[in-house]
This record gives sequence, C-alpha cells and structure tokens, in this order.
Amino acid sequence: MEEHIANTCRGGVQKCHNTHQTATSGLIFKESFLWGKSREGRCAVSIPAQDVEESLLDPELTADAPELPQLSEMDVVRHYTRLSQWNFGVDSGMYPLGSCTMKYNPKTNEVQAARPGFSGAHPLLDEDLCQGALEMIYNLEQYLAEITGMEAVTLQPAAGAHGELAGMLAIHAYHAKTGHQRSKIIIPDTAHGTNPASATLCGYESINIHSGEDGILTPEAVAAVMDEETAGIMITNPNTLGLFEESIKEIADIVHAKGGLVYGDGANMNAIMGIVKPGDLGIDVIHLNLHKTFSTPHGGGGPGSGPIAVVKALEPFLPVPRVEKKDDRYTLVYDKPDSMGRMLTFHGHFSILVRAYSYILTMGAKGLTDVSKLAVLNANYIKESLRGDLHLPYDRPCMHECVFTDKFQADNGVSTLDMAKRIMDYGFHPPTVYFPLVVHGAIMIEPTETESKETIDQFIGAFKSIVQEAKENPEILKSAPHLAKLSRLDEVSAARKPVLRG
Amino acid sequence: MRYLPHTDQDIKEMLAKTGYNSLDDLFPTIPKSYRVKKEMCLPKPLTEWELNAHMAELSSKNASTSSHKVFIGAGSYPHHIPSIIPYLISRSEFMTAYTPYQPEISQGTLQGIYEFQTMITELLGTEVATASHYDCGTALSEALMIALRKKKKQNKVAISSLVHPHHRQIVKTYLEPAGYQMVELPSKPDGTTDLSPLDTMDDIAAVAVQSPNFFGCIENLGKVKEIATKKNIFFITSFTEALAYGLLKNPGHFGVDIVAGEGQSFGIAQSFGGPGLGIMTSSKQYVRDLPGRLVGRTKDRRGEDGFVLTLSTREQHIKREKASSNICSNNGLNAMTAAMYMATLGKVGIRKIAQINHDKAMFLKTKLEETGFKVPFATPFFNEFVVKAPDGFEAKRESVKKRGIVAGLAIEKYYPTLKNHYLFCATEVFSKDDIEMLARELK
Repeated sequence: MEEHIANTCRGGVQKCHNTHQTATSGLIFKESFLWGKSREGRCAVSIPAQDVEESLLDPELTADAPELPQLSEMDVVRHYTRLSQWNFGVDSGMYPLGSCTMKYNPKTNEVQAARPGFSGAHPLLDEDLCQGALEMIYNLEQYLAEITGMEAVTLQPAAGAHGELAGMLAIHAYHAKTGHQRSKIIIPDTAHGTNPASATLCGYESINIHSGEDGILTPEAVAAVMDEETAGIMITNPNTLGLFEESIKEIADIVHAKGGLVYGDGANMNAIMGIVKPGDLGIDVIHLNLHKTFSTPHGGGGPGSGPIAVVKALEPFLPVPRVEKKDDRYTLVYDKPDSMGRMLTFHGHFSILVRAYSYILTMGAKGLTDVSKLAVLNANYIKESLRGDLHLPYDRPCMHECVFTDKFQADNGVSTLDMAKRIMDYGFHPPTVYFPLVVHGAIMIEPTETESKETIDQFIGAFKSIVQEAKENPEILKSAPHLAKLSRLDEVSAARKPVLRG
Repeated sequence: MRYLPHTDQDIKEMLAKTGYNSLDDLFPTIPKSYRVKKEMCLPKPLTEWELNAHMAELSSKNASTSSHKVFIGAGSYPHHIPSIIPYLISRSEFMTAYTPYQPEISQGTLQGIYEFQTMITELLGTEVATASHYDCGTALSEALMIALRKKKKQNKVAISSLVHPHHRQIVKTYLEPAGYQMVELPSKPDGTTDLSPLDTMDDIAAVAVQSPNFFGCIENLGKVKEIATKKNIFFITSFTEALAYGLLKNPGHFGVDIVAGEGQSFGIAQSFGGPGLGIMTSSKQYVRDLPGRLVGRTKDRRGEDGFVLTLSTREQHIKREKASSNICSNNGLNAMTAAMYMATLGKVGIRKIAQINHDKAMFLKTKLEETGFKVPFATPFFNEFVVKAPDGFEAKRESVKKRGIVAGLAIEKYYPTLKNHYLFCATEVFSKDDIEMLARELK
C-alpha cells in the first residue's frame, strides 16, 4: 500500500507540477557500517618509517589495540562518498531554515582557512611566531565591533549558545563587581531555548514574559517584572517571529533604570547589518553566530563560532587572553583581574574566524548592508507570495524571515510536518517547523540573500502545489517524503529503546 | 557582488510584489531615529586576488608545521593528516548541511556520527558517546556539572592540578557562577597526581584526573577508581592526546564514570587551537544526563534501517531552562573527521602510529638528556614529557627559533615552582634527523 502511494506520487508530481519540482529520484547506494566492510589486516594509512628504535611501555600500562575497522583507502573513500550522497546541503539546494541563516558558504573562505600558516599553527606558539594569527583576531574583533556598534569583542566562544553563556557570565561578573548579585533574568516566550538554558548555567531563574498581540514585546510587560533582583533581559532582535522589536529602546531604558543589563541574541543579525547597530539600541552585550550571518559552514551541526560584543562597561569582564596591539605588535594580555576567566582551551574556533574574516573583507560595508536588504526583500517577497495559501499569524512587515502556520490546512488533516516532509520531494530543504513555540504549527521561512528570484519562485510554486495537494490528495503529504532515501523515521522507538552504538 | 544574485530587474519586480518603493523602504518597523546614519567603517571590499594576497601575507607571519619544527604538544598535537581526510570532509553535502533535524535527507551525517559514537566507545572502553562537544575543556566542565547535579548535596569537585591548566581555567569559569567550587589536588614528585588529600574530603561530588596528564605522565587510574568507589563519588578522566589510547589501557578498563577528551589528534588541523573536538563518553547509566546530541538507530515507515537524533528531551530546545546543558551547535564536522581518521588508521594503523609516537618521544628524551637536559619525573609517558633545561637554554631557544625550530614550551607560567622546565613533544611527523638536528642545535 505504502509502495503504491509512493509510485503514484512520483508520477503525479512530475506530471502535474514539474515546473516547481527541482528534484527527481536517482541512483542512491546502500552502504553498510564501516565495520561491516572490515577485513583483518587492511589498513588505509601510510605508516611512517621506523627510523628510531622501538621502545616498549610496561605491559601493565598497555592493552590490545582498539577494534577499529580495517579498511583499504578506497573502502574509506567510497564509504564517505556514499554517505555524503544521502545528505542535503546548501550546495545541493535552497535551505530556508528560519533562524538558522543557511546562506551560501563561499569557497574562497575554505582556501584561506587551509593556508598552512593558519591550519598548521600551534596555539601556544611564542608571540613573535604567530603575529599573523593575532593580527587576524585583532582585526576581526574591530570589524565585529563596528558592525554591532559595540566597544569590544571576544572571539573565544565556540558557538551561539556558548556566546550566550559568555554574555551571561559577563552580566553575572558585572553585578558581582558593581552592586550585588541578582537572581533572575527576563526571557520573552519567543526566545531560542538556548537563552533560558544559558541563564540557568549562571544560576539565574528565568522569568518568562509574553510578547504582545502583534508579536512584539511591550515596555509594560517588561516594567511589570523588572526589579532590582533582576540581572537583565535576554532579547532577540529581530525576534524569532521575524519582527523588529520596535520598543527595544524603551525596554532597555526600563531595564537600565533598575540597574539591569540587556542581552541581545544576535542570531538574526543577518537582517540588520548596516541598517541598525545593536549598540545604538541600548543593548549591552550581543553574541553573533559567524556560522549564520558571516557565511561559515554549519558542518552538519557545527563547529560554529559565537563571538560576543560588549559595551565599554562590560569590557573588563571578557575572557582572557585579550589580543592587544602595541606599536604594530600584537600581544596576548592575561592580566585582567575582573575577567570571567576562560571559555575555550585556546583562541576560539580560529579556522572558522578566518572564514568569517575573509567574508567581511570580500563584502565590505556596502556589501554587508546589501546582504541585509536583500535578505529582507527575499523574506517579504515570500510572505506576500504565499499569503492566502498559508495562514500568516502576524500580518506585519517582516525582517529576514517570515512565519506561517498550518491553520488553513488543518481541516484536511494536513499538518506543518506533512508539508515540511512533502517539500523535500520538490527538492527543497524544509523550513524550520514548530518554532517559535508561541505559534501553533509554525512554519518559519528564512530564504537568505544568496537565493535568486528564480529559485525563490520555484520554492513558492512548490509550496502552492503542496497547498493544492493538501486539498486534493492529503495522503500524498501524510506519507511524504517519497523521493528521499528513507521515509519518515520512527523517533518514538528510537528514544524509547535507545541504540546509540553499533 | 558574486554572492548576491539579484539583478536590478529582479529587485524591481520583487519590490513591486511587496509594495515597497526601494530597498531602503523595506524597514518600516525600525524607527527612523535608530537607523544607521552613515556607512559602516570597514575596509573596502577585496577581489579574490586581493584577498589571496592579504591572507597569504598574514598566514606567512605564523610559524607552522610546514615552516617550522614545533616540538610542542600541550593540548594541540602535530600529526600527519592523510590526504583522503580533508578531501572527504570537504564534500559539501557534509560541510554545508545543518544539524540533521530532518533525518530523511540527513542520513549521511547521521550514520557518520553514529559510527563516530561507536568507535569512540570502542577506543575508550565506554558505553555511550555524544555526537561531540566543543573541546576537552568545555566537555570536562560539563562532565563535572553532571556529577554535581547527580550528587545534589555536594557542591565541590576535586580536580588534579595536572589537568591542562587551560581546562582548569574553563572549569572554574563554568563552576563558580553556578555556586560550585573546585579544589585542586597537588602533584607528587613523580609527576602524577597526589590523591592523598581526597582522604579528608567528605563533601565532593567527583574527582577528575587527566591521563596522560599535562606533564605527559600516565596516571594510575586504577588507584583513582579505588578511591572514588570508596568515597562514592564520580570518577572522571580527561585526555588531550587521543592517540595515546591506541596503546594504553583505556579509561573504561578502569571503570570510569565519565570521560571528557580532546580529539584534535584524529585528523583535525591544529589551526591555532580551534576548532578542536570535545569528546564526551560514559557508562550507560548516565545517558540521560549527558549534554548535547545523540544519534540513535531506528527504522523508517517502510522498515528500512536509519538514524535520528534522539533523547532530545534532555536538550535546551525542548527543556529550555531545565535542560541538562545549553549546548546546541557542537563540533560535528570534526567528529566526522575523527571518525574518518579512525577508519583510515584502523586497528593496525592506530597501534603502529601510537607506538611510533612513543618511540620518537623516547628518542627525543634520550637526545635531550645527552645534551644536558634533566628529566625530573620518572613516570612513563606517551609522546610528551617535562625536562629541566641546562643554564643558558632560554637564549639558545631564541636563537634556534631563527632556524625554524621551536624547542618546547616553558611551563613556569603554569607551575611557578618549575623554573626553567619545558614540556617537549615528539610525534610521528618528526624524523630521526629532525630530532638529531634539534639536539645538535641545542648543544
């Protein structure tokens, strides 16, 4: 039965809506586990010559070699080539994940990061032997400070959530130093889950507040909970509904008046570069996701990079070492008595920083401003093109992403998840679904500036076809995807009886 | 601009659809007074040629493994990276994908990480491994926090002073604001951890020891286990040199609860220290306490085998303030790299290369001893060790730098009593000639 539907659907898609479908089925290989291909005695590495005497450790200290798979070089190459073909990346097609900014990852950035002087540099080199690396760090901090309108930047945090933690630690250290430690932090209901989790790590209790009817925060809601035991507020602007928090400055004033600080989640920075500077909005500390806004690859989940930018009052609390410049020499400075300490073993995710640095140098000020304008144009274009087809819970001008719901499709028994799975068959990665949590059945689309009008038109066409299918043949959606390597996976049994190793 | 595909005509048509007159009008919800008044002050945009020239110049101002012989480990190790690894990991289906939240079109990442989890547990003798953490220092911090959460009545942990100094700094940064304390265990004259202060500590949740430790010495993990069991506290170990476990008895052999490790040695470029690979692995009983993503096996609707991210109810996007950690992005691509490296070496290769690392380090030790260096700690090591330098070494070290040799790392700044002590490392990338040249130059 399942098979029958799949076959019908493949034909159906191609016949009815082929102009919107960018995918077809192809030859996908099966591939066993590495250990399924292992044969005793194979080895895929060139063993260095034994030019010194062998020196055996006390057998009490050693054990048999770990049972790693034994493969030839070709086995390894074919294994990972086949695995890669089961994946969808930005280079494969449009990846409109809201809040994730899946833009094109320029290839020249990879070339720069792979230069031997960067990729082969030891992190504990004497300062005179790593001037190039320190200069790059110094410059990138300056550029990010300019883009955010802040005073100082640290590049140490490893990812967005790690930057949030660093930012909260800065706020924590600030209160400890300047007044008294506070116990709470205000977090709007539209926030990323990492916000409250990061605040908890600093021992803060999260005070959740609701956004207003039009999807943005009201100064009243903040004033109602802000007090002198509250360390501050964590606010994402543009927020996760894709809306600009218009009252940000009044909110910042309310928080500041009670001695609190404003944390900005910079996940959505791609909407506002060169348009507004967080430093001008009353934000005291903001993290940036270099793997979102600054074009570094997501790598199937990481590594990312999450620098934070702060106002002058928070600079003393940044992690050490700091890179400083004295007479054209760059030096690492550890002597910062108020510093929060250290966030990462060495100097941040350096090779990711090289990529972001290359991107900024390639784009320049006008280029980055154009990025934000075109990202916002693309999102508004999608919003206007799909209004009527999908329910728009907040009908306001959007920033770089727009949020719809499955309300219109619910009568046909079709959910957001069904539409998300179905759009794979058309050759697109699904949008972010069921986030933000405050919108029931959310479909959050962030096209980014690097998608062309033709691609976006195809995406819009695909969504319109799916909306039509939802009315005429909802079963196609409920059993989707049909062209992917696998059909829907059983996540419930995966969690109930976890099998986490082979 | 080559990354921005919009033609003037496209912009015109798209603006018409949205009802705006110009790109500048697209931001009606941003109050005018907030808008940036002048262009950002950034360098003028570079062509690819100009960028290449600038980056080549910056990169040439660093000593690297291709220009220098850097005899330093201390948490970042020079190892040969087989050509197939950068080649395969650069496949853009891996590199340009997001976190595999849509498993039907992410099976490549998912199977790759499942294989990583499997091989890591095999390497370390544990039962479950996460899909990765940022680096060893952050993984160690989170491991200690698991112990503190499980042992609710305690708010202290004991950590060896021979854990990498930077890792201890991270632990302190993580623990103190949360109201926890870390107590350091001193070292013994043989270069291993003095565990005796544990006898009188009755309020700790965990003991953490690194092996091989920062001095390179192999710790007696059996003894740590014995004490941890007696005191009913968590036994946590860490390591910075993953390759050591191609040779040494692994932490699982000693009944460890949680292991936090650094996987940089497994095919990952040193890149001035990052990104590395945080390894987090434990016995099965803590699976629901581990921070970050886990890949699990399941079936699809047609009964085909496949993989998904699982047990996500531990994680921040579900649990928010009650999550076991705030981690979201991890170092997944480096986990995949490490899996490729383990598959490339295999059982035979990892043993041989680990043994050669030890051989080269022993040869280096002999050569340095012949040159007047003293080895203060008698405890066996894997591929790095501490020496006390002869008088006048500091000046000599400066002069050999000009000849492309970086002779060890001064450790006095981390251990003030160890004046004139240096940490040296040798791996398979150094030939006998390299080591003899170092010894010759230092004479």
